[in-house]
Amino acid sequence: MRAENYEARNHPPSHEFEINFGPNHPGIEGNYALKVRVHGDQVVAARADGGYLHRGFEKLMEQRLWIQNIALVPRICVPDPAPMEVAYSMAVEQLCGLDVPERAQWLRVLQLELSRLAAHLFTFGGHAATTGMYSPMFWGVADRDLLLDLFEELTGGRVYSIYNIPGGVRRDIPEGFLDRISATLDYLDSRLPDYDNLLFTNRVFVTRAKDTGPITQAQALEWGVTGPNLRATGLAFDVRRDDPYLVYDQLEFDIPTEQAGDAWARTLVRRGELQQSVRILRQVVERLPSVEGPIRAPIPNPLAWKVPVGEAYVRIESSKGELGWYVVSDGGEKPYRVHIRGPSSMHAVQVLEHLVTGARIEDVAQIMFSLDACPPEVDR
Amino acid sequence: MGDIEYKKAGSILNPLKSLSFFTRPAVTEPLEPRRAALRYRGFHLNDWEKCVGCSTCQKVCDNAAITMVRVPSLPEDELQGIRNLRPAIDYGRCCWCALCVDLCPTGSISLSREYVHTCTDDELSSYFVLPDPRGMHNEHFGEGWNKTPENDLIDPRRQAMGELQAEQRIDHFGEIVHGYDKQQAIIEASRCVQCGMCHEACPTHMDAPEYIRAIWQDDLEEAVRQIYNTNPFAHTCGRVCTHRCETACSIGKRGEPIAIRWLKRYAMDAFTPEQVRDIVGTPQVAPSGRRIAIVGSGPAGLTAAYDLARQGHQVTVFEGLDKPGGMPRWGIPEYRLPYERLDADIAVIEAMGVEIRCNTWIGRDISMEQLREDFDAVLLGLGLQLGRSTRIPGADHAAVHKAVEVLRWVTEGRAFKVPRTAVVIGGGNVAMDAARSLARLQRKTFGEVRVTVSALEDFDHFLADPEEVRESDEEGIVILPSRGPQECITEDGRLIGLTTLRVMSIFDDQHRFAPRYDETDRQLHEGEMIVEAIGQMTDTGLLGEELTEALEWSRGRLQVDADGRTSQPWLWAAGDMVHGPDVVHAVADGHRAARSIHRYLTSDAIQEEAS
Repeated sequence: MRAENYEARNHPPSHEFEINFGPNHPGIEGNYALKVRVHGDQVVAARADGGYLHRGFEKLMEQRLWIQNIALVPRICVPDPAPMEVAYSMAVEQLCGLDVPERAQWLRVLQLELSRLAAHLFTFGGHAATTGMYSPMFWGVADRDLLLDLFEELTGGRVYSIYNIPGGVRRDIPEGFLDRISATLDYLDSRLPDYDNLLFTNRVFVTRAKDTGPITQAQALEWGVTGPNLRATGLAFDVRRDDPYLVYDQLEFDIPTEQAGDAWARTLVRRGELQQSVRILRQVVERLPSVEGPIRAPIPNPLAWKVPVGEAYVRIESSKGELGWYVVSDGGEKPYRVHIRGPSSMHAVQVLEHLVTGARIEDVAQIMFSLDACPPEVDR
Repeated sequence: MGDIEYKKAGSILNPLKSLSFFTRPAVTEPLEPRRAALRYRGFHLNDWEKCVGCSTCQKVCDNAAITMVRVPSLPEDELQGIRNLRPAIDYGRCCWCALCVDLCPTGSISLSREYVHTCTDDELSSYFVLPDPRGMHNEHFGEGWNKTPENDLIDPRRQAMGELQAEQRIDHFGEIVHGYDKQQAIIEASRCVQCGMCHEACPTHMDAPEYIRAIWQDDLEEAVRQIYNTNPFAHTCGRVCTHRCETACSIGKRGEPIAIRWLKRYAMDAFTPEQVRDIVGTPQVAPSGRRIAIVGSGPAGLTAAYDLARQGHQVTVFEGLDKPGGMPRWGIPEYRLPYERLDADIAVIEAMGVEIRCNTWIGRDISMEQLREDFDAVLLGLGLQLGRSTRIPGADHAAVHKAVEVLRWVTEGRAFKVPRTAVVIGGGNVAMDAARSLARLQRKTFGEVRVTVSALEDFDHFLADPEEVRESDEEGIVILPSRGPQECITEDGRLIGLTTLRVMSIFDDQHRFAPRYDETDRQLHEGEMIVEAIGQMTDTGLLGEELTEALEWSRGRLQVDADGRTSQPWLWAAGDMVHGPDVVHAVADGHRAARSIHRYLTSDAIQEEAS
């Protein structure tokens, strides 16, 4: 509990009680809990309570061959699994000094941006549902399914792609795939006005979201806020542009920002990113046919693969924010230590506790969804 | 689509525009089963014809979802590297990552385009499935995720072995192959999937997966320890082994097998005999007081000597020629096996306390009866040192020789008259050895190679290793397949060549050897010397009449039991004389005989005999 927000003498016990918000609650993303102390419908104190999804990924990875971890890492964040695979692979590549063929880099961008689209559609739906609007949620999930169809075609799996391996990607695009991506992108473009009408310019939603859970830029920087949540405070920082990886430096895209830093601003930034991802994907579709060559650098037999001694830190921009992977090798067949700096742990613990305190109870769920925190990634 | 401005946003009426959706079809329509994508990762399919049960899928499975299950109805063939094990999947653990597919050495596993499995009965065991080609529910939904050469995670190519080109190697007996350097060896060793097929196929069951892994770990001392678990002829086998391990290797099912023989050579070449002795250690057991005589210092005899000496017995090896080593020394040319490497193997064996007495012929210098009296047990480890004759007309001419003789002369360095032209009869590896040895001598003496090899078999059924044929060809030797020798032609008492007929068939309907020839296709091959390389046998004359009578024989071969023991309780036999020519078989035989002898010497039976 944040001591500065709670003074017992101001709140006689008879008017206050503590409720468990989660770990099973429709207004919470995944298995995550907030212990909130409420006075009437006002939250006077809150404590984030994670750990329900702790599966010990970092420790598990130390027990597995370098190759085996590729099947494990996408599970760290279910709605946006691609960045986990890519970041892990990039870290191992950095340790091994592997040069990833250009075509593989384009395919990785393709996968990452499709994953970002899917994640954002999911989040809009969730955010809308927390304000009592369920149609956008149904739409979001249905439209995300079209992206999952593309994942199924490209990677063989709808949710957990397991598409990357250190050195590149596992399969090239199937026949006619780029046309089908274009068709889906066209469809998503045509859907945006519908979303605008139903959600983004819906007076009920705007009123609920505006001025809810505001963060200032100074607070954001102090608390380690990244990604859309940071950009919603007016700072145009995006790892894809400011520390480019893969082929992002060859792509044209804008960094959407908002100034208010509230739930509404955060949602608008994501809406803008949706458009930018579509824009990036259209460039990938155009460029990919002219980028020829292998999709994977030669790697040793995965059953007999020792990665040179060293440590690697890789950061990429996931749909939630800046995702950092720190991987240490002692020269063995398995990682010596892996640490993941997931953006959600900052957003779902200190930021969420702060924003929820003083808010009304009906906004608690909305605040959490507007931060787009991913509990499995918090817990890892 | 412009960005949304705060001031424009937020009409209470906007959502009403979505009412138009009442007139649109639902996104879930039409409601019909959906075909999975072409590379969907569904349930496992396994082509049982292709699968060899190597269990690589089990090793790479990151969820330990795969168990290898024995299917007794399926064939099993150690020599071909085929086990009757097949992977069974626990779908309670599988995560459908398909690494098993991408790593399968044979390419037998793929995943189906099936989305759903529900329990049709109350048993949870229906989630534990032994995949076959028909799919999970015997309904073929089609193959989904599968493997193509572009996305194979198994590297099918072996590290190329550097070797002398024909021009560089033809005028001397220096070793042809260079051997792997450290980087090549580690990369080659890293290709191994540790399936152990090699271990099972090897006659002496070498711990090949273990030493390959040790080489990969750059722990060569450990590699040598693992090699010496089963094979004290490590240098020799590292160069001239018939490498059944590589035939069985599961990587070899689609690609090139791991170069197991060259890896052994690499590990051994890193150490001197003294170092090898220190790595494997000298015997640390109390002397047993038992004495064993071994006749013949080839791989079989010396392997048994090594084992028995390490068990504390006193071993004496009798060798008729002036140097130990047996057929590897006298029958294998030095360009394949440098004799200093053979000496290195023997030095380690001698360091175990084995006494080798050269220039001691049994039957001449000492009799078998004498050995029987002086020793507690006797092991015969004789090679096939007599060549067989074709018995064609003229084969008794002084310039017609057996391949084993010629090879022995070359090893001895004996000065014999090198023929300007020579014909070798035979198509096996010994014929190639003889032909290539003569070619080198011809090149040294005359500057040109004029050797013809005449073989009964055609190239599709050739007996010699393909690389021997290729290298002979590179060295200028003419190999004539499907030629049957008819007569050694002489002119004024001087041998001038061999006539042959074209072979139409070698075996009759009952698969008996009965070659048929095309009488119209007769050729004369020039040769001042003719070398017969059509097979060898053991000189059993040294046993003496009495012992020969007492022993059991089968078609000229000494009969032994599974442990190499003859019908005489004090006498064992091992190696080529029992199992035909092969170094690694001889090593295996030596171990087997040594085990049996040790058992006998430490058993009650001999205690009673002694008392």
